[in-house]
Amino acid sequence: MSQSATQGAAPAAPAGAMPQRAGLILGALVVVALVALFAGARYGLLLAIGLGFGIALEGLRFGFAGPWRAMILRREPSGVLAQLLSIALVAVVAIPLLSSHAGELVGAQAPIGFAMVGGAFVFGACMQIVLGCGSGTLVNAGSGNPVSLLALPFFALGSFAGAWNLIWWTDLGALPILRLSGIPGLGVTLVLLALAAAIFLWRAAPGTVKLSRRHAIAAVVLALLAIGNLLVAGQPWGVVYGLGLWAAKGFAALGGDLSGSAFWAAPGSMERVQSSVLTDYTSLTDIGIILGAFGVAAWRRGALATKLPSYPARAWIATIIAGFLLGYSSRLAFGCNVGAFFSGISTGSLHGWVWFVAAFAGAFLGIRLRPALGLEART
Amino acid sequence: MTRSLTAALALAFVAALLVFDLARTPPNPYQAPTLLAFGSGAMASGGFCGALPD
Repeated sequence: MSQSATQGAAPAAPAGAMPQRAGLILGALVVVALVALFAGARYGLLLAIGLGFGIALEGLRFGFAGPWRAMILRREPSGVLAQLLSIALVAVVAIPLLSSHAGELVGAQAPIGFAMVGGAFVFGACMQIVLGCGSGTLVNAGSGNPVSLLALPFFALGSFAGAWNLIWWTDLGALPILRLSGIPGLGVTLVLLALAAAIFLWRAAPGTVKLSRRHAIAAVVLALLAIGNLLVAGQPWGVVYGLGLWAAKGFAALGGDLSGSAFWAAPGSMERVQSSVLTDYTSLTDIGIILGAFGVAAWRRGALATKLPSYPARAWIATIIAGFLLGYSSRLAFGCNVGAFFSGISTGSLHGWVWFVAAFAGAFLGIRLRPALGLEART
Repeated sequence: MTRSLTAALALAFVAALLVFDLARTPPNPYQAPTLLAFGSGAMASGGFCGALPD
């Protein structure tokens, strides 16, 4: 995911790097142990899963925005096919478990509606403008990407604001929640994933790698972590709820009144605002992703010594606006690339499929806007 | 300037969030749920981006 990560395998580490790497491993273990001790074992385990997501995404240079860009611009299907493979692996486990353990485990199920479709389109465009989706913004920020670092707080503010207005937007028109459940639902999901993969393979440029080894490994690792997230938390992997919660906590701390929002004033939301962030599942995995990506960047020789790119002022302004819109639109869309696309489809929610189509359409617009906004770096 | 600066700022962001939150709402380990939701028999109750308010 980091720009420096595209330069191939790193050479062997010098002897001086060993204490630093031992410190990174020890630091991660200590942080997980402290959370388990002072918040609870489940929360420590979820932080560890979040660290795993961050390490896998940054370490295997895998993500969502980049593969979509590669497919659209260069017709390279490997990354997108890996995403579909990972979703399929999770679905094989998750959809039957959601039926056999209903209530104890819940899916990422949400209604399809006008605002949901529009939100997904805007999210798809903005994630190409800043080249960072929900998970990608966290990973890139942790590995020192300045664009994602600036986008992150505005992403959180946008998520908070989008949730504030969510009921108004949903009332514009939405279907009941439609989901694919049980073995028949799993079968339909796998057929749809195979059809999507066939379309990408059909559109692939001749001679391109269909599914690289690195992408295949990333798909399997992400699937295992996502299944772990479901079994530990009782809910699928998500990103944007946690970011909005951080902003809501800040808003309340500054004396803001959350009672004006049907979303934040709801008993469940209010309870989470008044509880420790270390007991919120998406917050824990979000924090883990940032820390895990940082750990990989610090582990790689010279990765943090990369010079920061130079951008014009309009690029920074575009980053702030796109960051806010990423957060706002992902709430209207009932999730980002993780909560709606990855977790929605893999737990049988039809809104995940609609999200995929709308966001992919938006990605075409975002790819055209990115250079016009000055976000193609001058080196 | 290098990525060391921005990566350090990302870590500072996380640290500030945790310090701020721990000062206002410290966790209570005695109210912690079981290690796994799977098999616990308890209803899932976490916040999620796909969920409407409850």
